[in-house]
This record gives sequence, C-alpha cells and structure tokens, in this order.
Amino acid sequence: MYDDVFIHLKDRSKEDEVADININTVNKYFGDVHVIKDVSLDIKSQSFTVLVGPSGCGKSTMLRMIAGLEDINSGTISIDGQVVNDLPPKQRNIAMVFQSYALYPHMTVFDNMAFGLKLEKRSKDEINERVNEAARILQIEDYLQRKPKQLSGGQRQRVAIGRAITRKPKVFLFDEPLSNLDAALRVQMRVELAKLHNELEATMIYVTHDQTEAMTLADDIVVLDTGIVSQKGSPLELYDRPNNMFVGGFIGSPKMNFISSKILSKSSDATEVDIMGMSKISVSKMSASSSEGDSVTLGIRPEHLVVNGDADGSWESKVFVVEKLGDVTYLYLEKDGEPLVAETEGHSEIKVGDTVKVGFPAGRCQLFDSSGEAFK
Amino acid sequence: MKKFSISSILSQLLLLFFVIIWIIPTFGLFISSLRDKDLLAISGWWTSLTTTEVNEIYRMSGMESQIEEDGYFKIKGKLFEDNSGKKIESFGITSKKINEFNIGDIAIFKDESEVLLDEDGNYEWRSKTEFKKKKGKRLFTTSLSPPAFTFENYREVLFKEGIGRAFINTMAVALPSTLIPLIICSFFAYSLTWMKFYGRDTLLAIIIASLVVPLQMSLIPILTIYNDFGALFGVAAKSYPGVWMAHTGFGLASTTFLLRNFLKSLPNEMMEAAKVDGASHYDIFLRIIIPLSIPAFASIFILQFLWCWNDLLVGLVFLDQVPSEIILTAKLKELLGSRGENWEILTTGAFVSMTVPLFIFFALQRYFIRGLVAGSVKG
Amino acid sequence: MTILNLVFIVFLGILFFITYFHISNYILDIYGNKTLKRYNFENSIRVIIFITPAFIVLFIFILYPVFETIRLSFYDKFGREFVGLYNYKWAINDPEFRRSILNNLVWLLVVPTLSTFFGLVIANLADRIWWGSIAKSIIFMPMAISFVGAGVIWKFIYEYRGPENTQIGLLNAIIVSLGYEPQAWLTIPMWNNFFLMAIMIWIQTGLALVIFSAALRSIPKEMLEAARIDGASELKIFFSIIIPYLEQTILVIWTLITIIVLRIFDIIFAMTNGEWQTGVLANLMYDWMFRGGGDSGRGSVLAIVIMIGVIPILAWNLYKHRQEQKI
Repeated sequence: MYDDVFIHLKDRSKEDEVADININTVNKYFGDVHVIKDVSLDIKSQSFTVLVGPSGCGKSTMLRMIAGLEDINSGTISIDGQVVNDLPPKQRNIAMVFQSYALYPHMTVFDNMAFGLKLEKRSKDEINERVNEAARILQIEDYLQRKPKQLSGGQRQRVAIGRAITRKPKVFLFDEPLSNLDAALRVQMRVELAKLHNELEATMIYVTHDQTEAMTLADDIVVLDTGIVSQKGSPLELYDRPNNMFVGGFIGSPKMNFISSKILSKSSDATEVDIMGMSKISVSKMSASSSEGDSVTLGIRPEHLVVNGDADGSWESKVFVVEKLGDVTYLYLEKDGEPLVAETEGHSEIKVGDTVKVGFPAGRCQLFDSSGEAFK
Repeated sequence: MKKFSISSILSQLLLLFFVIIWIIPTFGLFISSLRDKDLLAISGWWTSLTTTEVNEIYRMSGMESQIEEDGYFKIKGKLFEDNSGKKIESFGITSKKINEFNIGDIAIFKDESEVLLDEDGNYEWRSKTEFKKKKGKRLFTTSLSPPAFTFENYREVLFKEGIGRAFINTMAVALPSTLIPLIICSFFAYSLTWMKFYGRDTLLAIIIASLVVPLQMSLIPILTIYNDFGALFGVAAKSYPGVWMAHTGFGLASTTFLLRNFLKSLPNEMMEAAKVDGASHYDIFLRIIIPLSIPAFASIFILQFLWCWNDLLVGLVFLDQVPSEIILTAKLKELLGSRGENWEILTTGAFVSMTVPLFIFFALQRYFIRGLVAGSVKG
Repeated sequence: MTILNLVFIVFLGILFFITYFHISNYILDIYGNKTLKRYNFENSIRVIIFITPAFIVLFIFILYPVFETIRLSFYDKFGREFVGLYNYKWAINDPEFRRSILNNLVWLLVVPTLSTFFGLVIANLADRIWWGSIAKSIIFMPMAISFVGAGVIWKFIYEYRGPENTQIGLLNAIIVSLGYEPQAWLTIPMWNNFFLMAIMIWIQTGLALVIFSAALRSIPKEMLEAARIDGASELKIFFSIIIPYLEQTILVIWTLITIIVLRIFDIIFAMTNGEWQTGVLANLMYDWMFRGGGDSGRGSVLAIVIMIGVIPILAWNLYKHRQEQKI
C-alpha cells in the first residue's frame, strides 16, 4: 500500500517538475521573539513570487523555513502536496541561492556546481552534462576550472545560481541574491534572472528588501511586515491599490507622500478631505468605519503630483531642494514633517525658492484611516 | 620624518641589547656542544670563538729518540698533533721567561744544548754531547689557537648515551598525542559550533573552564586509574597509549577551543548551502571543513606537538624511566643529575632535544605564531 | 619494546580513532537515508558519534579528576580513610609548604609582570625598525624550547667554579673579570629564585612579544596619524593611545603567563629540584606523590591550592564567555 503512494508521488514529480507550495498558519519563535505570526500563503507552481519587506520583517526566516534550514514551531509547509515540516533540506527538492553566494572556496567552479550531484552519487557523464548545461545557460563555461576567489562578484553569483540549476529542483529559493552586487550589475542580473525563470519554468521564491527588484521580477509580491503578510498581489495591484499605509509607503520609489488630513464630509460614494488647510479634494473611496472630522492620511505618489498644471486639488508651495536626474526632476516642497516630493520633467526651469502650484487628480490618491488601513 | 634621529638610534641600540641578551644563552649552548669535550670543562665557551693566545707547557722527548747527524746529537719531534691549527708565536725555556724567544731564534739551555722550534710545533733539540736523561726538557710556548669545532660529541651522545633512543621515544609520545586530540577535537569542535543539541552551551562553558584547570589537579586520580586498570587487566600501568590519552586529555580543552574559534569564523551560509546540496554533517566535515581548516590544523598541531615534545611532567608520571620509554626531557634531567659534570653529553643532548622544536620554529614560524595569537585572543 | 613495535602501535593508535569516526558515520549515512521521518533522530545519533570520544576523555581526564582530587584531599595517604581537614592542617604547619607558597607568589608577581613589560617594550621597538622582525624571531625562539632544555642552557650561565679555577659560567666570568668573587648563584637563598625566574622570563617574553606585535598591527593607522597631526610626541602617543588601546591584550597576556607560571615545575625540577629554598607548589606536590610511597591526601591538597590560584581567572573567562554569548 505504501509502495503505491510512493509510486504515485514519483509519477507526479516526473510529469510536473514544478510545485505548488502551501504554507498554512505557520508560526516561528526565536526564543521569546515571535517572528512569524500565523502566516498562510499559497504559491502557484511555476510562479515567481517575491517576499519583500524591511529588514527584520521575517522574510528570510520564511524562506529558510521553506528550505528546511529553520524548524517550524507550528503550522505546516507542504511542497507539491507533501508536508515537508520534518524533511531535511536535501529531501525537499529545493535549491537555494544565498546572499553571500556561499560558494565553497576550496573547490573549482565545476566542483562547486557538481557538489550536490556527487553527493547524490550521479554518474560522471550525467554530472558533466548537467554542469556544462548550467554553465552554458549562465555563460560561465570559461571559468569552470577557476576557484571562486578568482571570480568577480557577478560571476560568483552566476556560479551560485548554477549550483542551484544543476540539481534540477522543483523550487528555487533566492535569499537577497543581488544585494552584494553593485548597482549596474544588479540591473543586469535582474534581467537575467527574469530570463532564467522563463527558460526553466520552475517555481521561484525570491526574498529582497529592494522594492524595485520585487516590482520588476515578480508575478506575485508578498509584502511582509513584522511577521505578518501585509498584502499579496501582482506588482501593479500593490502599486495601484495598497491595502494599507505600510504597503503604500513600501512599494514605489521615491516613496509615496503622506499628508495628514481630516475628513470634511462624506457622501455615499466619495469622501471629501482637506489638504493642508489650503485646498480640498473629493476622493471616490469609502470606509465604513470613518466619519466626518476623523483624522486620515492622504497618500499621493511623487509621479502623480502635477506641478504648475491642471489638477483636482491644488495649492501653492515653496521649493527648497531641486534634484535633477536628467530624465526627471524631483522637487522637495515645504510641509510639516517630512517634505513633499514631486516629480516633474527632466529639464524643468524651477529653482530653489520658487513657489509652485501643485495638485493631483483625485483618482490617483489613496486615503488611509488612523490605523493605516486603506479606504476602498 | 627625520630618519636618523637620536631616538631612532637609541631604540635600535636598545633592541640590539635585548637581542644580544636573548640569544647569548642559546648560542653558548650551541657552541659548547661543538667543542672538544676536554676543553669544554676547563674554559668558557666564548674563548673558543676567537683566535686565542694560549700558554702551554710541553716536554720534549728523552734520550731514546736521539740520532747522530752532522756532528750533533739530535732529538726531533713535534710538541702537539698538527690538526689543531695552532700557531706558536713565541716560546721560552724557563717558567720565568716564557716569551723569551721568537720563532727562528735558537734557545740555548744551561747545558749548552740548543733548541729550534717552528710555529707548527716541530722542534729540533741538538747537543754536541750525547743526551743522557730519560725525560726531555720543558718548553713554554705561547701560541695562537683558532676556533676549532667537532661533531664528535653528537656521535657519542646519539649512539652511546641513549639520547638517540629517547629521541625516538619522544617522537612516539608526541605524534599520537598531537594527532589523536586533533582528530577527536575537530569533531567535537564541529558539533559545538555547527550542530544543535541539548546541553551544547553547558559543554562549551565546561571547555572554557577546563582551559585553565592545572594538570596537577588530574595527576593523582589518573595515576590511580592507570594503576587499577593495569592491575585489573594484567598490563603495565605505564604505557605509550596511557601517555597519549593523558596528553589528549590535557590538550583537549585548548585544542577544542582553538578549533571552535576557527570554525565559528567560517560563513554560516556555506554550511547551509552544503545542507541544501544534500550533504550530511559528516559530508560537510570531510569535504568542506577539513580542506578549509588545514591552516588552523597546522597551527594547532604545532602548538600541541611542541607542548608534548617539551613536556616533562606527564612523561615522568605516566611512563617508566627505562631506556625503551624514557623521553628526552626526562633523560636530560637524569643527565643533569647523574652526569652533571659531563658537559659534552649535557650540551649535546640538550641541543638534540631542541632540533625538532627549532626546526618547527624556523620552518613553520608563521603557523606557530598564528596559533599562539589565536589562543590568546579569547572569544 | 623494539622501534618497529613502537612505530606499529603509534600507527595503530591513530588509526583507531580515524576508523571509529569513519565507520560509525558511514553506517549512519547508509541507514539514516533509508527512512525519511528519521531526520531529527539521525541528527541526534550523529551528535553522539561526534562528541562521545572527546566527552569521555574530558570526563576521565578533567571532570572526574577535579572532584576526585577534592575528595582525596580529605582522605588519608592511601585515599581510604576520611581524615577531615587533617591534610590541610598539615599543609598550614609545614614549613616547606609555606616556603613554596611564598615562592609561588613571588613567581606570580615577577614573571608575568616582567614578561609582559619586556614583550610590550620590544614589540614597540621592533615595530619601527627595519630589522625588527629578525629581532622578534630571536626573542621569540625560546618559546619553542623545553623548560628542561632551557635549564641546561642557563646552567652554562650560572655555572660556578671555585675562585682558583677558570670560570666557565658566563655570569661568573663577567663577575670575576670585574674583580669580584665568583658566586654559586643557584644556592643563594631567595636570590636563587630570581635567577630561576630569569629563565622563565627569557622564555615567556617571546609569547608576550608576538601577541603584542599582532595587537599593535591592529591599531588603526589613521588614529596614530591623527594624533601626530594633533602634535602628540611619540612618547605621548605610546602612553595615551597605544597603552590604553592594548589594555585588553595586556590583561590577556598577563593572565596567560600567570596560568603558565602557576603550574611551573620543570625549570625548578631540573635546575635545583627545589633545594636551597627554591621549591614551589608543583614541585612539592610531585614530591608528595612519590615520597614515602606517595601520599595522595597531601598531594591533592597541594593540587587544590594551585587550582585555587586559577579560580579567579576561570571565573573571569566564564563571565566574558557569557557576555559574548549574549551578543
């Protein structure tokens, strides 16, 4: 009877090399610290899921629990229908790429990539074939006989990815793989990772604190905040309709501007709020729990602020810093607390000390109540 | 910056002073071990370094060796063997005037016999009348003696005095006493660093406490255990394996501590990568830890090996003081007591005992220092 | 035992441990992989395989003896009958013991302090002189030599011949050339201790030197340059920057040498065998282990007195370890 189950599992993994991952009310404590709180997630097979959040939010712990490098205190993690809580990493059919690359310094690139296969006691020919295949995909064929310390950071990262590829896992786990690279290389590797995902058609889970990586790579983004899933969705969903202030502030660069405000009046399908006592705007979003006079926070992205143009709500403000980036110019406008950042065209004539008229279209802004929840 | 400031010269002189103080004792021993054993006991080793003036008294041959030649009775001979390189500068025929004649002068005795002497000590003593005395006359020479060294002492000590065997015994003690702790402590240190288990922190604290426990605390109970063990199984209480295990025990804490400090410095992610790659702890140990730990092993090997090689107490207590078991330090101590005045054996023996440490010191100084520094900077 | 036999058992002894680890892990690898659910179980077995040999050795050679020695100190010379504090009372009233304690204290005061001091001075001198590394090598070299070997070396310094003979000991030769009477240095009570300590200082200065050297190299150059720009003299820099920076290192070296000095045995055993009032605790203990067939009670008391000397260091080390674990 057990044999049947076993064969069934085997067959399934043959047809379908990739996996669904189900995470069910998982909790994790480090001593007394509760780092993962009742997290449940479904990760679709062949998807590219990015776990994102500030440092200490539990995203790496989450990944390491999937990998089997951390114990799970309660809940279950299953890969491809099989609960893996008690399985060692090697039996989970996963591969992981680490932030520090974690190459074996005393082995050549070839041996680094072949290490897992040698432990599985694969034949020499198969090892050669798989390593060379991975090297071809990653264009590191010329370095196979070198030691890691003779390679540049980008090359090392390719070897680390190659080491994962050779094992043909169901799931690839990436733990901030690009954060040790310089900016230009990071962009390049990002593109290659996206390409790799298409080529391998494998399930990939990717942890980063960099929202740009998350936006560019992900099919699905999971935003984690202090051990809780803040929001899960496609990049544009998160950009356009953040669930709360945390997600709103985390996704997008430069950061979303937050303006403290008050509800002036409520109608059946819109809420009218005040803008720094200088203007007001009616936003077609609602929250059942809000009432007139409540404090709310208005969120508007720099790229949606209109400078010296037509907009729904507009007011005048003084510029105190101008950042010219070539393609765009960022204006820092005076406001209580954090400055307001507005984006305008690259060759703007606006100078420090100028007073400009700013405003935004009502459809582009978000409203958050005092607990940070978004108005729908 | 002034390059030749007074303070710079002063510090150079001060350092030179320290260096001279520090090197003289060892240098003296080295020179002494190469000197003729008879000279060793009568003059300081420093006198052998330079060409020295020595005043000596020789007696020429007596009447038996006289020959008749050119109308003289002659006695020819040599005052000393010619291999010493000694050169006579001047000589005399009475103890009052030992520098009366130079080489080439003809000295005339009271009985009107004459003597000619060259600088190598060849003399010609001639007389018109026949020599009638059995003993020849005395010559007082002042000669310059160059430094002369010999390996004779080493030959004697290595093969006749049992130092050679003691050397082999010491090796038989020190090698396993170094390798066994290295083997078992590397596994121990690995589990203390990279494996999770109940009581790990307590074990680590015990190791740290054991670092400073003096080995005197262990001597009596272990000697008792060995005696009981020997009596129970009818084997000798003192044996090589016993010494190995004693050294292993006394070196265990420091070896483990040093290795753990090293292993802790290896990146955690590399171990995890290996786990994800499917490696068991033993695979990780064999294929990753060992190749990466070679420099650390070298340092620890040197420290423990020198400790065992130089040890006296453990070798005294846990080995019989018989030729097949006695170690070098114990042998030296024995010589110090019983043959304290046989300087050539003592100096040469001491130097033989130092050959291995000094070789290690000069060849592997880098690892030696690294080990010491790692051991001292706790944490 | 022939040399061939010796080589054979040496080989066998080492092979035994390698075989143990290899076979046991190999068996576990084969059986551990068969069942999936046994991962944690497999890990526990592996831990046991890894730590057992070391733990057994630790237990037999350190842990058990510590408690056994404490027990024996309250028992008679054969360790059979409980005698209470009898051995301790004996120690307090024994002039030899009091002499040894006094000598040990003087050793503890003089050797670590002077070794550390010389080490620090020489490290600083050598650091700024081009032939400094050669000098360091020379001063460090005695570290490699055994205490007994060092004893023989220094016998040549302290050797004494009657005034009518040529002195072959360096010290007496110097003294005589200056017009003084030669001395039998090692037999002059109290002073002879210092001549023995000189040997230990000669050895341990090297230890202090290399550690200070490494520590000096870790001082940020920018800090010294900043001080020079601020107009501090080299001497001022040494006392107000280097010394405070090396505070921890000085303490570590001092404790390290203190521990070594507490156990000091070989030098005295080889040079004077504790005669002429040079005995220290370790020598007295060795003596009592064998004197009159051995007295385990008195020997144990002496071991415990040595142990008491290291307890403050032990406590301090454990405290530091705790602090580090917390971070």
